[in-house]
Amino acid sequence: MAITLKVNGRTHRLDIDPATPLLYALSDDLALNGPKFGCGLGQCGACTAIVNGTAVRTCITPLSTVAGKEVTTLEALGTPEKPHPLQKAFIDEQASQCGFCVNGVIMTAKAFLDKNPKATPEQIRQALSGVLCRCFTHVRMHRAIERYAKEVAR
Amino acid sequence: MKRRFLPGAGAALHSAMNRRGFLKVSGVLVVGFSSFSAKPGEAQILQTALPGSPALNQVDSWIAIGADGSITAYSGKEELGQGIATAQQQLAAEELSVPFERVKLIYCDTGITPDQSYTAGSQSHPANFNHGNLAQAGATAREALFQLASQRLNVPVDQLTAWDGVITAKNDPSKKVTYAQLVGGRKFNLTLSATAKRRPANEWKVLGTPVGRPDLPEVVTGRFEFVHNVRLPGMLHGRVVRPPLVGATVISVDESSVQGMPGLVKVVVKKNFVGVVAQKPWQAMQAASRLKVNWSAGTGLPRQSDFYELLRKQPARDVLLIDSKDSEATLGQAATVLKTTYYHPFQMHGSVGSSCSVADVHGDEATLYSATQAVWYQKTTSAMVLGLKPEKVRVIFTRGSGCYGINGADTVTYDAAILSQAVGQPVRVQLSRKDEMAWENYGNAHVMEERAGLDAQGNIIAWEHESWIPSKGNRPGTGTPGNVVTGMLLGFEPQPFSPGPAQAPRAYNNNSNGVPSYFAGRVAGKAQGTGRIASEKALVHNVVSPFWTGPLRSPARLQNTFAHECFMDELAARAKADPVEYRLRHLSDPRLMEVIRAAAKAANWETRPSPKPNIAKTGVATGRGVSCVLYEGDNGYSAAVIEIDVNQDTGEVTVKRIWTAHDCGPISNPDGLRNQIEGGALQAVSRALGEEVTWDREKVTSVDWRSYHSLPLGFAIPKIESVLINRLDEEANGAGETSITVIAAAIGNAIFDATGARIRQIPFTKDWVKAALEKRG
Repeated sequence: MAITLKVNGRTHRLDIDPATPLLYALSDDLALNGPKFGCGLGQCGACTAIVNGTAVRTCITPLSTVAGKEVTTLEALGTPEKPHPLQKAFIDEQASQCGFCVNGVIMTAKAFLDKNPKATPEQIRQALSGVLCRCFTHVRMHRAIERYAKEVAR
Repeated sequence: MKRRFLPGAGAALHSAMNRRGFLKVSGVLVVGFSSFSAKPGEAQILQTALPGSPALNQVDSWIAIGADGSITAYSGKEELGQGIATAQQQLAAEELSVPFERVKLIYCDTGITPDQSYTAGSQSHPANFNHGNLAQAGATAREALFQLASQRLNVPVDQLTAWDGVITAKNDPSKKVTYAQLVGGRKFNLTLSATAKRRPANEWKVLGTPVGRPDLPEVVTGRFEFVHNVRLPGMLHGRVVRPPLVGATVISVDESSVQGMPGLVKVVVKKNFVGVVAQKPWQAMQAASRLKVNWSAGTGLPRQSDFYELLRKQPARDVLLIDSKDSEATLGQAATVLKTTYYHPFQMHGSVGSSCSVADVHGDEATLYSATQAVWYQKTTSAMVLGLKPEKVRVIFTRGSGCYGINGADTVTYDAAILSQAVGQPVRVQLSRKDEMAWENYGNAHVMEERAGLDAQGNIIAWEHESWIPSKGNRPGTGTPGNVVTGMLLGFEPQPFSPGPAQAPRAYNNNSNGVPSYFAGRVAGKAQGTGRIASEKALVHNVVSPFWTGPLRSPARLQNTFAHECFMDELAARAKADPVEYRLRHLSDPRLMEVIRAAAKAANWETRPSPKPNIAKTGVATGRGVSCVLYEGDNGYSAAVIEIDVNQDTGEVTVKRIWTAHDCGPISNPDGLRNQIEGGALQAVSRALGEEVTWDREKVTSVDWRSYHSLPLGFAIPKIESVLINRLDEEANGAGETSITVIAAAIGNAIFDATGARIRQIPFTKDWVKAALEKRG
């Protein structure tokens, strides 16, 4: 069955089981490296993408529920040559170790700050309460997000 | 998508030299580095290389200068997220006097790079930044370049200077020659020189500076390619079906149960290994969950609530780390004797991304993309698993999710290899969360008894440590694929266990930190420990584990340090002494004493005994605790002071502040070091407060992030301040596992300071703390 998927501004027609979680269409069919399989249970955040402005756990989101909606992945924010200010904040703060969770951290923070540009550090912390980083780069990641949040607030 | 390294392309990338030519003849070699002061541990793991490895004593194995002047460094130590690739690139740049960006670093590809065993145990910094290997190869290459330049320019070596690939006469800048002109595109054909001088640390331009990680721009924008993102032409997707219960074996597999499922390519059964291959990942997952496998009953598990006591009753292989032979008698003469037991659970590596590998096995050749910590052992053991010749297997390290020791990376590489061999096409396998967590090689549980005697003044006159440690399997070595679950399912045995009595220690070895820091460490008449206690004994009972086990960040060292450093606090409290002063009183190693003083100073440590006076028994109580270690007995100094809140009504512990001090010799990258310290400290907080493998009588029950408790990004993160002590004249030590080692004990000591309750079992969960508080009366 064919599904129409709008990802990072481009429309794709995929012949795929509509029960397939969005993650597999992104990481396999569209060969995107940003969203990652961490747990397959919606518990860690590694697979996060932004769908119509909301951070979504793509590993438990069936394709049928996102047909026609705007899906944004980490790749659409910026590039190594021209990173998005939030991505740049992560580079400036060296806020990564293995880097596997970074997709979920950045995409969750981005969706939250888009909607809550004046969020306090405590509110940002709450917004990330369901995201895991097992290298525990927490200090630097929060510093990076707060650095970006200050820019947004200005 | 194009692969960065297609099979066979590695050689083309480095056409400057035909490495294969000398790979074939090098064989197993023992490199004569005896003139270097390699420590016993290093000697064991660094001086031999497996067949096929570039020779460790040849400059060409480590450094290549291309015809275009490009500089490539090769290493057997890989980037796992700990920042060592950045530091190694700095090292090569420093020794060759070029900017950081001029060096390309290639690591852990058995087709290209030298065998340096595991990237583990905080050994990368000592191995490659001291006297041999990459550091000395760089120094030797530099010396050779200067000699060649001296001849070419007719200027004495000491009148030459180098920067950015150009050697210039100091007095006449018009006299210059480039590295490319001297050796570009050709081999050095040089043995590593023991006398070639390293760049002096006080003149470093690249090493020792906070260079940023070059991989981050790609990581944060989604361009970086993890092993999970490897995509080969014609690649299929595999999924494994693990036994439902520990010890269950395959009776039969009903392939008709998945017949006709969309995309299904093959059901693969080999002894107790079961897997499916399909066109798409979701199809493979569907088929794996639908496949009907008739499994035997499991072999059962001991009751978790009795487990620690059960450990003491097992047949044991005993190891005596230290024995002054008078400790029992001295305890008998002590004014006061304290005996306590500490407990540490099995804990998980719990990588945030479940493990993944891509294998391309066709005919008698295999190329494996793996996040293993040991590409060369993965090569030899995969050859066993596949029935191929080792020289036909190439393993290319490709970064996975942070592993912190042996996660599922090795086992999933066998999974992918077996499935690829069965279908003759490349296969990608990623484990399910449950398969990752139920079958990984857990960090060992520990039961640790401590017994000590004090004299009338409260000084420690004797101390005995005794531990029971269950283990099974390990990281795969050269010939032990059965050390991980897939190897076992395929019929290989884990490394053998044989019980036996302890021998008298012949040399001082505190690699496991089984010997407390306060011991004199006297073996064969020579005190080599860091402390002053002369009446000393440390005995380890190794027993068989019901689960696979393997190194988890700071293996044994974290557990032992938890016991030693909490017990030291108990002794200080009994002596009514300040915990910092009491530690210093019993130590002799000035560098260990210095990190304690530095952490205490940073924390504005108030000198007084613990617990705090006048503790209210309800509400929030605040306390502080201290802890220290010389990691592995010789590989990095660390101390921490921690401030905590304990909500005495709920039992909840909140870590508020962490002050740490570190001495790992010369600092190669201060920001990378801080990143490791911060991450290690918080990982330790998570492990101390909530992490524990759980099981019922048949299977592991902590199989996802609801049942295994890792602190998320939303937890109340303590403020961390780190004091870095930079000792340019000392050996480079490990830095990745020092902070994680001291945190649990410091938290336990802070809980005691705040509440007067001593908790001797990890994790310090709310219920456990509440129960301990209620026992105070």
